[in-house]
Amino acid sequence: MSKDIRIKKGLDINLFGEAEKTTSKAVPSNVYALNLDDFHGIAPKMLLKQGESVKAGEPLFYNKENADMVFVSPVSGELVEIVRGARRRILTLKILADKEQEYVSHTALDLAKADADAIKAHLLQSGCWPFIRQRPYDIIANPEVAPKGIFVSGYASAPLAADLDYVLQGKENELQTAVNALAKLTFGKVHVSVGKGAQSPLAGLSGVEKHTVSGPHPSGLVGTLINRVDPVNKGEVVWTVTPQDLVMIGELLLTGKFNAERTIALAGSSVKAPKYYTTKIGAEVSTFLYAAGVYGENIRVINGDVLTGAKSTPDGYLGYYNNTVTVIPEGDDYDLFGWNRPIFDKVSTSRAFTFSWLNPKKKYKLDTNTNGEHRAFVVTGGYEEVFPLDIYPMQLLKSCMIKDLDEMEQLGLYEVAPEDFALTEFICVSKQPHQQIIRDGLDLLYKEIG
Amino acid sequence: MGMKQSLHNLKEKYKGKKMAPAFNAFHTFLYTPNETTHSGSHVRAADDLKRTMNTVIMALVPVLLFGIFNAGYQHFHAIAEAQGTAQAFSWDLFLTWDNFWTGAIKVLPLLIVSYGVGLGVEFLFAVIKGHEVEEGYLVTGMLVPLIVPIDIPLWMLAVAVVFGVVIGKEVFGGTGMNILNPALTIRAFLFFAYPTWMTGDKVWVHGAVERAGTPDAISGETVLGYLAQNKDVGSIYSWMDYFIGNIPGSVGETSAMLILLGGLFLIFSKIGSWRIMLSGVLGTIAMGLIFNGVVDAGWITESSKFYGLMSFSWWQHLLVGGIAFGIVYMATDPVTAAQTNKGKWIYGFLIGFISIMIRVFNPAFPEGVFLAILLMNVFAPTIDHYVVQGNVKKRMKRLKNIAKAPEKKEVNVETV
Repeated sequence: MSKDIRIKKGLDINLFGEAEKTTSKAVPSNVYALNLDDFHGIAPKMLLKQGESVKAGEPLFYNKENADMVFVSPVSGELVEIVRGARRRILTLKILADKEQEYVSHTALDLAKADADAIKAHLLQSGCWPFIRQRPYDIIANPEVAPKGIFVSGYASAPLAADLDYVLQGKENELQTAVNALAKLTFGKVHVSVGKGAQSPLAGLSGVEKHTVSGPHPSGLVGTLINRVDPVNKGEVVWTVTPQDLVMIGELLLTGKFNAERTIALAGSSVKAPKYYTTKIGAEVSTFLYAAGVYGENIRVINGDVLTGAKSTPDGYLGYYNNTVTVIPEGDDYDLFGWNRPIFDKVSTSRAFTFSWLNPKKKYKLDTNTNGEHRAFVVTGGYEEVFPLDIYPMQLLKSCMIKDLDEMEQLGLYEVAPEDFALTEFICVSKQPHQQIIRDGLDLLYKEIG
Repeated sequence: MGMKQSLHNLKEKYKGKKMAPAFNAFHTFLYTPNETTHSGSHVRAADDLKRTMNTVIMALVPVLLFGIFNAGYQHFHAIAEAQGTAQAFSWDLFLTWDNFWTGAIKVLPLLIVSYGVGLGVEFLFAVIKGHEVEEGYLVTGMLVPLIVPIDIPLWMLAVAVVFGVVIGKEVFGGTGMNILNPALTIRAFLFFAYPTWMTGDKVWVHGAVERAGTPDAISGETVLGYLAQNKDVGSIYSWMDYFIGNIPGSVGETSAMLILLGGLFLIFSKIGSWRIMLSGVLGTIAMGLIFNGVVDAGWITESSKFYGLMSFSWWQHLLVGGIAFGIVYMATDPVTAAQTNKGKWIYGFLIGFISIMIRVFNPAFPEGVFLAILLMNVFAPTIDHYVVQGNVKKRMKRLKNIAKAPEKKEVNVETV
């Protein structure tokens, strides 16, 4: 049973540097790191001290709010450094990897017999729980509240994002095992979307509600899927899991091993030979970045895609959730009469002496310049053209800015995550930080109501 | 890269100082800044507010040029008419250096005063409040000279600009925060503070005021003025004159042809809202048809003082007065217009509708467009409120329908 979801409002940003569909094995990293910013809203409580040794899959820290929720090490080795910031907040945990990897072995779970609590406990203690995220608030799911549905988007529509059909090849067994387990945790359904006409390994899953999506980005965002299928109402919870994380959950259930290995796309116009690499969560970016080669020194390394990723550096580490690393040129240069000369080499949704409308298929080498200064909201009507959700985007952003909780609720903040506002942020004439505004709004709502 | 580097060094030097906004305004005029993204979307589209505003200015340039020629043409045409030597309109007679020169020395001072005073106020507020100089006034400054009579004294204009920018915009928090269109606030101030310079049959043609009462007196009556007096305007002008714009009126409002082109350009470039423009035209037509119908039904006869304007055919209403200019350039101001797509339809329609209503029922000042737009500026947030409430209600309804379900489904969890 499959349902068609056609998205009309949106924007495909065509960029140079799409990853070629060949996969190499990245050089093993010496040091692996967990960046605590990846776990938004989690207050970590360390289980290990600096200098102690750790196995792959062994808990490093737990969530202060819920001691059952542990976060495990992707590799075995020695916890060499706990990097702390202001007020001793933990920023990064660095693990010096052993030559021979040792894994924590979990007992296999008989899925057919296990009930929801057993599955939950298993995922929590094995460190797989953080792969499950929830809406509202776009945070790691609260295991206490059963969701009305679990959503998986198997279609990556973001610019230069890793092709899920490619990276998930041969993982059908793991995916099926994972959705079988997750299906027991919800009183609703597991919803899976695949791209129209794509050869997705997700297409063959059983026991799920399948949706075929088509149309421009953000058709592949899980938020778009939720909004079209079953929007989140006040008091309701849905969970979301990315397919690459489903694979890790599935493998753990099948083998009892937390295997942090994943295939990532290294893409972007600053990469000489963009392609796929197999590596592990937390690996040094440099272990594959320089193998592929980069153009120039003044580059931006992004953990994720260009619209939603986190800023990193060439000596940074692969993020916990992402399967794409994008490298593009920095744009820290002035542009003479950049505001009135005709623009051919940048993307625009207007035709105000900008000419990207002439050739929608053309690929661009965009840099990180903001192309203008931050201003108050002035222009209206543009956001709606790239925002397919049944929500008034500018009004919701403004309600977040003035911290009006009632209005935030009424206008649909429970339904969205910051990534849903990436495109409106991209086209924003006033260069407002939409995703940050939504993040702050969600945090406020969580603090006051959640 | 000499200038780029030295400007960059100056920017660093001024950073955090009081004058930084003033310097940055000039710097960013020359160079789009070297700012980069930090979080969220790492790449950004090419458009910024300066480009948006610049596009509107580009759409106004033809109208300004025409206004300059027309100011000169009307002046000489009125003189010729008084002397009985007037010739019919031709482009050879219109596009002359004499017309351009006569118009330019009247229009350019208006433009300079408008920009000089307005930007002066903007810079002052930016420096005092420590924010960047925002681009809103770039368009306002261009609009102002186009919506005033040619002979308006410059000091009056200066006073009105200060009032409009301070009271119309800055007290609300600057660009993006204002409720009323600043250019129309300026016009409203002039209209109510100095009505003798904003209305009547003298002010619309250069020289008519100073020649009044002398043997050299010339007429400066507008089409709407004639209509309000129930005069047969058809014997003076044809609809083609309205369309081309060789008629008296505010500097930039007369040429429906160029305004139409400007409007199409704004729609094509996606800077102006086609919804507001189209619904504005529809509103105008609707009210015009109603009045025409009333006349056709015989309810209004030639003895009525409203007869002239009411019987004026519905489509010609679009060509005369400020309605076309107002709909294309003023009603579409995104800050003061309705901000939702549905709201824009209602907002635009009512502007056209009310404009013609005021035009017909207020023959003393037969120009209702700016009042209609200001009125709708005030109502725009209310319109948006109800449109957005529709979305909110849908969400509430969904919540109500679903609120019952979990109890039943809760059981399911346990049976799993």
